[in-house]
Amino acid sequence: MSADPMSTEPKPAGAEPVAGAHQAVATDPDLRAHDVRLAYDNRIVVDGLDLAVPPGRITAIVGANACGKSTLLRALARLLTPREGAVHLDGRALNSLPTRELAQRLGILPQSPVAPEGLTVADLVNRGRSPHQTWWRQWSKADELAVDRALAATGMTDLAERPVDELSGGQRQRAWIAMAVAQGTPVLLLDEPTTYLDLAHQIDVLDLITDLNRRENRTIVMVLHDLNQACRYADHVVAMKSGRIVAEGAPAEVITAETVEDVFDLMCRITPDPVSGTPMVIPMGRHHGTPTTAAVEEDSRA
Amino acid sequence: MTVPTSASDTAPKPSPGPGSSPGAPQFRAFRPAVPPVSWIVRPRLTALTAALAVGTFLLFCWGLSMGDYPIGFADVVRALFGSGDAGTVLVVEELRLPRALVGLLAGVAFGVSGALFQTMTRNPLASPDMIGLTQGAGTAVVAGIVLGWDGGLGTQTLGLLGALATALIVYALAWRRGATGYRIILVGIGVSWICSSATDYLVAKGGRFQAQAALGWLVGNLNGRTWGEVGPLALALAVLLPVTLVLGRLLRTLQLGDDVAIGLGTRVQPVRLAVLLAGVGLIAFATAAAGPVAFVALAAPQIAQRLAGTAWPPTLAAGLTGALMTLGSDLIARTLIPSTELPVGVVTGVLGAPVLLWLLVRANRAGSGG
Repeated sequence: MSADPMSTEPKPAGAEPVAGAHQAVATDPDLRAHDVRLAYDNRIVVDGLDLAVPPGRITAIVGANACGKSTLLRALARLLTPREGAVHLDGRALNSLPTRELAQRLGILPQSPVAPEGLTVADLVNRGRSPHQTWWRQWSKADELAVDRALAATGMTDLAERPVDELSGGQRQRAWIAMAVAQGTPVLLLDEPTTYLDLAHQIDVLDLITDLNRRENRTIVMVLHDLNQACRYADHVVAMKSGRIVAEGAPAEVITAETVEDVFDLMCRITPDPVSGTPMVIPMGRHHGTPTTAAVEEDSRA
Repeated sequence: MTVPTSASDTAPKPSPGPGSSPGAPQFRAFRPAVPPVSWIVRPRLTALTAALAVGTFLLFCWGLSMGDYPIGFADVVRALFGSGDAGTVLVVEELRLPRALVGLLAGVAFGVSGALFQTMTRNPLASPDMIGLTQGAGTAVVAGIVLGWDGGLGTQTLGLLGALATALIVYALAWRRGATGYRIILVGIGVSWICSSATDYLVAKGGRFQAQAALGWLVGNLNGRTWGEVGPLALALAVLLPVTLVLGRLLRTLQLGDDVAIGLGTRVQPVRLAVLLAGVGLIAFATAAAGPVAFVALAAPQIAQRLAGTAWPPTLAAGLTGALMTLGSDLIARTLIPSTELPVGVVTGVLGAPVLLWLLVRANRAGSGG
């Protein structure tokens, strides 16, 4: 296992942007799941699911707890092998690609990862370079450049020497995202990147992810709990319920009162987000408003 | 022991290197003229490793100079390289060198093995002496002594088989969709108790003389080592040390958790199996040669990690710390009660525990593991 193949170098020559092209990324990644069945032991969580991730966009997977959204993300990241069907990246099944080669094209940030005690931000971000490193080439100029850029892009340059476990929750998540950025993959998958963060830091992290998408044309897929944030930050929303995709598309098409009631079993009203104009979900609950009048109002508006 | 410069004293100072960003890393680049080679150099770790190597060599020679027939330090070094008068060379090379070499090599093996297991399982408690490997080797060797298959090669082979079998049992029992670090520890502690009980039973069952021999071996002992014990251990280290140094890079991603490691392109299960085999091999050969010396595999990596100020046990420094602990303990054991030689394992336990406790207390006060 010491023999890291040299052949898996990122292509140096042909990847240069063609003159006149607007985008720096030459080809958009094509990540899709075909008829996948996902299970833990004998418990089938997802069955017969198809999904094509829109390249160069931000996709948010939403749904109630235990609906299989994290499971689907794990399958997209080859952390879980489908029992049936397959996930393909650019036409090749994930489990037929060497994991190291895959790691140069697809990054995954699991939910609340834990850094070893005392590990500095710089060391953590450097680990993101490991798919590009061999034991004799552990700190090339390209590595240094990528790490510096990732630190700068996430605003972590000044904290590079600090241990990750001493940072605040928001800074810690930024450090992990910096690691994923340094990995330099066209596709980045994130499992609930805002968990355990206060609202300001949630917005901060989501803005950062948007930057990565817009400036570097990275394809983003993330699992999100907050529907309003999903509507605001995602170009494409995938709503899941008990292992199936109930609806997918632009936030305004997907997040309707009917879908939310179906997916979350929650009565709500939808109004335009005063800041972004995207759908905003106002839950009703049992003590405020009456379901009937709300439904009537919704109907009359439609 | 000199007090190391604590992490807080050496505040991160921006390196003056060209093109360095404001938050310049604690490490520097080593990029020789040959283009594809590039390494990270950590000044503090490099200095520590060099100091440990010098210290180990000095203790090694000091141990060789001690005995019924005292030899000067310079004469020892000369005799090591085969020059000097014939009598000194004979005493040093034939009588004292095997013992010192077993101490040195076993110490390195314990330290490196502990570092491998602790990194792989992300838990300092998961050293081979905690998860039953040492105990398994002990059971096999004691069974050999009590049931009457003793002998130089016999002990080696039995120790190796015992440790390997225990490792396989722990791995098989801990396996559930891939063995995770936490399960390995829990299962290992259970298996370790089973092995200890089996050993106790064998010692109780054995005759008085055999029980004495078994108990003497069980505390870890460097008395009366011969070249027959040095050979296999040296060979094992020559093969396994380079393997572990190469595996070290992959261990650094494994330390971030399985999911992150897979995401970074590490083939987690094969790497973990290779680390397990290398760690078991080291611990098995060392235990077979020196007995289950207490505490070195647990404490040496942790001591090295804190001295180096890294977030992981540095492999080589851990091995050298292990050698320093074993050789130093053997020296103390030999001088403490000159008439009866104390087994080295007694001293490593007594000495290692306070050092580790001191480091833990100090780290807590500083608010970090640095």
